[in-house]
Amino acid sequence: MAQALLTAQSLFCERDDRVLFDQLELAVSEGEIWQVEGRNGSGKTTLLRILCGLSSHFEGELYWRGESMDEVREQFLSELLYIGHQAGVSAMLTAEENLHWQCALHPSLDVSRAQQALERVGLKGFEDVPAHQLSAGQKRRIALAKLYMSRAKLWILDEPFTAIDKIGVAAKEALMVEHIQAGGSVIMTTHQDLSSQIPLHTINVEHFASTQREWSE
Amino acid sequence: MSSTLQLFRQTFKRDLTLAFRRKSELVNPLIFFLIVASLFPIGVSPEPNFLSQLAPGLVWVAALLATLLSMETLFKSDYEDGSLEQLLLSPQPVFLVVLSKVLAHWLLSGLALTIVAPLLGVMLFLPSEGMPGLMLSLLLGTPTLSLIGAIGAALTVGLRRGGVLISLLVLPLYIPVLIFGSSAVQAAVTGLPLDGYLALLGAMLALALALAPIAAGAALRISVSG
Repeated sequence: MAQALLTAQSLFCERDDRVLFDQLELAVSEGEIWQVEGRNGSGKTTLLRILCGLSSHFEGELYWRGESMDEVREQFLSELLYIGHQAGVSAMLTAEENLHWQCALHPSLDVSRAQQALERVGLKGFEDVPAHQLSAGQKRRIALAKLYMSRAKLWILDEPFTAIDKIGVAAKEALMVEHIQAGGSVIMTTHQDLSSQIPLHTINVEHFASTQREWSE
Repeated sequence: MSSTLQLFRQTFKRDLTLAFRRKSELVNPLIFFLIVASLFPIGVSPEPNFLSQLAPGLVWVAALLATLLSMETLFKSDYEDGSLEQLLLSPQPVFLVVLSKVLAHWLLSGLALTIVAPLLGVMLFLPSEGMPGLMLSLLLGTPTLSLIGAIGAALTVGLRRGGVLISLLVLPLYIPVLIFGSSAVQAAVTGLPLDGYLALLGAMLALALALAPIAAGAALRISVSG
């Protein structure tokens, strides 16, 4: 049994008097890909934001490698790659400038591989074009280029394939398989069907939603 | 700690690049500054004696409002495109990035205002003895305004219309800077020593420099968490 990287215990989250999930348990080990399922508005993004520490509106415990998240937060952040709903790509900067700043923020990204990563996501020749002149899919690809540069252990990806074409998705799937074979893990949400070759663990947020409204004091 | 310095430099460079690509935001505070100064003589009185009495306070109020106007954009675009989330998930200290962003912002607003200020002084018949006092007080005062404004900008970045709220939150903290800033100019005009006023402005700057980036960092966390 591989060591659990990220463990969530009895997570509870409430928003606008609606309980999104209650008693949610999750243990992500090395070499696993987890897909978070649920309908629109069921709390997938909220769960991912809680897991990576962006949102603090929850109750419950988070552990990184068995230690309480509060104590090892810095360690956790240095091993995390998060690509959110908003890709974190500045429209007024070029692909290269965007990636260079990301590398400065996250030492787990290898800046020497930036050029190669942009080639791999099909943005060769677009390095010097401001992102606002690119298509939605191309903008997304700037963010996804980080996957090729990352040395992070855990990838948390929120709808990474929005606006990405089929060939692009297949390439990223292959990359994720490579990542877990090297001992990494992935937690992601997507509404697209993933290739059946990927060993997938799933968790459905709706199963943890309480049906009746609960009122907190 | 070379990676930390690297981050400071990269952020500084990035924000300057961004500012120069959004030209309208760049010149907005300066134009506002000039408009206020040129409208006042028309609206109140073109009488040189009268204007030269108003000038110290007037230039300072215009500088304060121009800074306040420009604060809203400090974190706005980063919030909208998700860069702010990436920033908060960095293992590096957040206050450092905030400090770097404020420095870049100040260079293009506060410092620019300081450089243009003598021109306004001339337009408002500020006696030439007052010019050094004006420049020095703005040089020490505007960074404090930018730093305090950053806290307000960070707190309101998640709100759709945060502009008014920034003013309400930040104005009370701007008042001491305004008082000592314009008093310094007044003192310079009348030939009194400036040292006391400048020392107080410097003390406020030191305090803001030490505390504001940390407060703004915490405020950003709250805004993004919401």
